[in-house]
Amino acid sequence: MLPLEIVGSMNMLGYGLATLGPGLGVAWIFSSVINGTARQPEARGAMMGTAWIGFAVVEALAIIGIALAFVIQ
Amino acid sequence: MPGLVGLLIPLEWAVCLGDGAEHAAFPPGVSSFCSRALLPGVLPTWVNNHLIQAIIGAAVVIAFWLWMAHAQKVVPGRKQFVGEYLYNVLRNTIARDILGHDYRKFLPYLVALFSFILVNNLFGEFVLFMFPTFSKIGYAYALALMSFILYNAAGIAKSGFFGYLKKSTLPAGVPKALWVLIIPLEFLSNFIVRPITLALRLFANLFAGHLVVLVFVVGGTLLLESGQVFLIAAGGVSLIFSFAIFALEIFVGVLQAYIFTVLTAQYVSSALAEEH
Repeated sequence: MLPLEIVGSMNMLGYGLATLGPGLGVAWIFSSVINGTARQPEARGAMMGTAWIGFAVVEALAIIGIALAFVIQ
Repeated sequence: MPGLVGLLIPLEWAVCLGDGAEHAAFPPGVSSFCSRALLPGVLPTWVNNHLIQAIIGAAVVIAFWLWMAHAQKVVPGRKQFVGEYLYNVLRNTIARDILGHDYRKFLPYLVALFSFILVNNLFGEFVLFMFPTFSKIGYAYALALMSFILYNAAGIAKSGFFGYLKKSTLPAGVPKALWVLIIPLEFLSNFIVRPITLALRLFANLFAGHLVVLVFVVGGTLLLESGQVFLIAAGGVSLIFSFAIFALEIFVGVLQAYIFTVLTAQYVSSALAEEH
């Protein structure tokens, strides 16, 4: 019996796994912003400012993932 | 590492300059994004169809804002009302909320940045071009470079060169033992990761979106030509569903323009922030 050969791109599999963390992270950040705005609408501006900084850092991981998925041969 | 060039010019050089004139339309892939030289004998090869698209986008943005700013009265007419409404949305939600009291210096750049990215993203769904300009990596890196220069120049103008480096790599209250760990990490995060992620975020979103559009439209067309009943039905459904994908692409285009501008404003604000 021939062994089963699985072909495909390991890079894309790795990238798919890597989107788990940043996906949850970004959703968590903006969920906190929504909750905080519901409790205290006046604080929305300051919260959104911090939210964007946090979003940029968390999404950097996702972007590193997609970039390295193409770069590493 | 030869693959690292892929970070700068992902996938394109190998495919587009490799075969020359042969770019297969199916299956949709990186070769669908290659540029054509406009007038091969007359103009240099770097004058391609996407460059003309970007220039037309810039001309549209300039013409639009000049037209909106022209002949303003105290009691606004309809055109002035629309122009002021759009300007207010950008000024209030992006510049004033994030930059605080010295937002006026940066407002023209932010308005121009948002308008340029938005117009070029919407070219992906516009009949004449049907190609988003920022799915070519060079345009995204150019804008990221401008934003990089802007937020660093703002920080250096405010705190001096070494003061700005100290402020951005060394948060307040860090014990001396951790300096050797914190400084390279903060330097990497502020000066290397920020511009690269600004560019790659815009590029990857637009590239992936256009690829999805191509899969639905090209795949649907090929299914329609196949000759079997079920495949023709599948092709029809695919082409009809591609309109939903266009709507998604419009939304992603607007959102990515907004995020790029908001992050640029945020980086400028962080560079100008006072120590607590």
